[in-house]
Amino acid sequence: MTDAIATGIPAAGPRRSILIEDALTRKRNRSERRFKMYGLGAITISLLVLFVMLFTIFRDGYTAFFQASLTFPVTLDAEALDENGNRDPAELAGVTTIGYGNLLRAALIQHLNAEGIDLGGVSEADVGALISRDGPAQLRDQVLADPDLIGQTIELQTLATSRLDGYLKGRVTMETALLDSNISPEQLQLADRLSEAGIMTTAFNPGFLTLPDASDQRPEAAGLGVAIIGSLYMMFLVLIMTLPIGVAASIYLEEFAPKNWFTDIIEVNISNLAAVPSIVFGILGLALFINFAGMPASSTLVGALVLTLMTLPTIIIATRASLRAVPPSIRDAALGVGASKMQTVFHHVLPLAMPGILTGTILGLATALGETAPLLLIGMVAFVNSYPAPPLDGGFLDPATALPVQVYSWASRSDPAFLERSSGAIIVLLAFLVVMNAVAIILRRRFERRW
Amino acid sequence: MSVLFLSAFIAVIGAAGYVICRQRAMASADGNIRNLHSLPSYYGWHGAIMAAVPAMFGLAIWLLVQPMLIERQLQNYFPAAEVENPAAMTLLMGDVRRVAGGIDVAVARGALTEAEVAALDSGRSDIRAELSSVGVALGSQVTPQVLAAAKDYRASAATGAIGRSILVFVLALAGFAYAVRATHKDFRARNRVERVTLGLLMLASIIAIMTTVGIVASLLSESLRFFTFYPVGDFFFGLTWSPNFRGNSQLGLLPLLWGTLYISFIAMLVAVPLGVFAAIYLAEYASPRARSVLKPLIEIIAGIPTVVFGLFALVTVGPFLRDYFAQPLGLGNSGSSVMTAGIVIGILNIPFISSLSDDIINAVPQSMRDGSLGLGATKSETIRQVVLPAALPGIVGAILMATSRAIGETMIVTLGAGAAARLDLNPFEAMTTITVKIVSQLTGDTEFNSPETLVAFALGLTLFAFTLVLNIVALLIVRRYREQYE
Repeated sequence: MTDAIATGIPAAGPRRSILIEDALTRKRNRSERRFKMYGLGAITISLLVLFVMLFTIFRDGYTAFFQASLTFPVTLDAEALDENGNRDPAELAGVTTIGYGNLLRAALIQHLNAEGIDLGGVSEADVGALISRDGPAQLRDQVLADPDLIGQTIELQTLATSRLDGYLKGRVTMETALLDSNISPEQLQLADRLSEAGIMTTAFNPGFLTLPDASDQRPEAAGLGVAIIGSLYMMFLVLIMTLPIGVAASIYLEEFAPKNWFTDIIEVNISNLAAVPSIVFGILGLALFINFAGMPASSTLVGALVLTLMTLPTIIIATRASLRAVPPSIRDAALGVGASKMQTVFHHVLPLAMPGILTGTILGLATALGETAPLLLIGMVAFVNSYPAPPLDGGFLDPATALPVQVYSWASRSDPAFLERSSGAIIVLLAFLVVMNAVAIILRRRFERRW
Repeated sequence: MSVLFLSAFIAVIGAAGYVICRQRAMASADGNIRNLHSLPSYYGWHGAIMAAVPAMFGLAIWLLVQPMLIERQLQNYFPAAEVENPAAMTLLMGDVRRVAGGIDVAVARGALTEAEVAALDSGRSDIRAELSSVGVALGSQVTPQVLAAAKDYRASAATGAIGRSILVFVLALAGFAYAVRATHKDFRARNRVERVTLGLLMLASIIAIMTTVGIVASLLSESLRFFTFYPVGDFFFGLTWSPNFRGNSQLGLLPLLWGTLYISFIAMLVAVPLGVFAAIYLAEYASPRARSVLKPLIEIIAGIPTVVFGLFALVTVGPFLRDYFAQPLGLGNSGSSVMTAGIVIGILNIPFISSLSDDIINAVPQSMRDGSLGLGATKSETIRQVVLPAALPGIVGAILMATSRAIGETMIVTLGAGAAARLDLNPFEAMTTITVKIVSQLTGDTEFNSPETLVAFALGLTLFAFTLVLNIVALLIVRRYREQYE
């Protein structure tokens, strides 16, 4: 029984073709397929989650661009708005929004009666509650700007309250209205009749992109105007600060720095700074710029300084990579015809690296545009409802907010109407990011050189 | 003269320096460029640099130093007890600056003349009402000391402005004159310009170091102040976190640290398998075409702002987990939980791990794969037994870097994890993290004089130290791994 082993010749196994899989091969091939499936599955799951996220955001958010409004004729009664009839601006300003609110309510009820729409047991005050609290303020501004309107009858289009808007969008239903102190089912039934009569319509709402933020009671009037201006101001400042500093630092480190402990420290420093949590930069901004240097909190200047410090390491790393990608032969050729080191870099290497540098800078700006946490700490989450001044009038020192911060502050308010606006703000933010990334890709495609 | 005007002056004299020095150099070379040492534009740049750069630095330094000197001088107006209390001093100086600014506005609008300002006396007239009548609102009543200090502030600022203008003029003109005198056909302008440029380049690269120094200094100094209010041991080993803005807070780090690490652990549980398998598929199985589509698609995840993920956690993931897992299992009914935040942070970190691991797997030499395949191993056996062990150190480095990102993540936990500091094992319970508490302790508060706000700096320091150590270890591992195959 042991002779086969003793002679060292393996016993002949069963004869079969290698084209027929045996059990072990089958097992190995199965595990091969399984392993490949794991990889494919991981990618599928990741992309699926991404898709679900974008889908829910768009589903919840696109409605923020549309808003319900009420259209009815309003007689600007001279008796109520200008008792003395002298059109004195100071006296006109004495009529508060409450006065205008009463006027609007009376006009709406009168119009409903004229159109023969049954109020259905809704009290007059509740009819007035269908009009956004922003309506009287807007009408007041309109009249103060143009006092000649007094005494005329104008066709006024004013926002409906956010509950009616939510009803048209399906967010508010008869069941939720029963539990809601701000709206009743009777009011919603009245709203149905208003829609049928064409008094209440839903249309594209440009105010979402231009108006400033509004208080908790007026989600329908809240807009992204201040946030968009604040973000644009910051992006401009970040660009003019990071691009020169980042390029200068990269040129020094890549082309001139001697290899010694000092430049080593700088290098380690930059790669570590790129990994420091962004909120730490917010703490730095709070302590250094606001507390120590006394710069105004919530201002776009402080925000931009913080974002600059935060994006500089990323931009330096990208810039160095594109400087390194310029082949040494270019440098050698320039040096060979007698250019100085500095001339070589500024006349030849830098122009050739420029597309890569710009691409890196745009991508760095895109990260900065979406950054939220450090801006919370320097006070940009504060409620700001006035536009910052133009840049030359010191607008960079005015309080403002930023797009991602607006997303956060709307998301943390209790009224569900703000969640819709939060998602809408994300759509605007993503649109900005898509444009920036598209520009970066086009730059890369058009100017990138393969050496 | 305003800073804007001085800057414009510097720009103009710089431009003049360029034109005049260039012309002078050409004239001294009899209009023949070959007689010059450097190209003509270098003489011009030399003139511009000499005229503008020293003046600009002088202006910057003056702007930094003047406020400090004036504040020291104004301390004489206030009692010693207040001067020694830095917080009270900050408030007083803010008042002084506001009153002085208000008077400036009033004068600029013509509501007050300088003589009237000098006669202002808080005993006799109501400064606040007077200023508000010209549209300058003051928060509180003006005390006589503040008014006197504000007047002195305005006087000092006016003197300072004159001194500043003189300094800038002298520096700019002296530099200009020097450059004009030095300009001659044999003057080595290019070397001088290049040295200055090199200095400016070096200065730019030092900003990175200054940022780190700034971070460490601000974190350390405020943390030390916090530890004078609150014992170090109680902070690092305290088991309760219950800040109370009326005092008597318990500010123990451990519940926050636990929440942070628990959430990061779950995040890694999600991100590591998904990220590594995605990287393996992209690097080893995917055709070049599939790779060129799939890789950018996954990297889109990394380009989406974290606040978007935060809203996703708050609106979608949280309620989903609550309705389908936590409530049926009887584990709680909170939408914001460790699980919610952990899963979403994990998804955020997938592209980070996958692209780093992808690079690392690609760096494993092809010869190792060929050897294993030649011995008859299947592709997956090669990957498991040859490629992954070889790439392991690099992948571990990538995982550590992703962990440090998970620990420092703020917006997702702020919106998705909750605010209750809790030491608990149930992953469907709301817990909180270090970053959430930094945000909640610091938002909307800029008076740093209570332990409740200062604790944020100690938390920040802990966070910074944690992520720094993780990153340095990761960097060392990755660097050693790279050397192995180069």
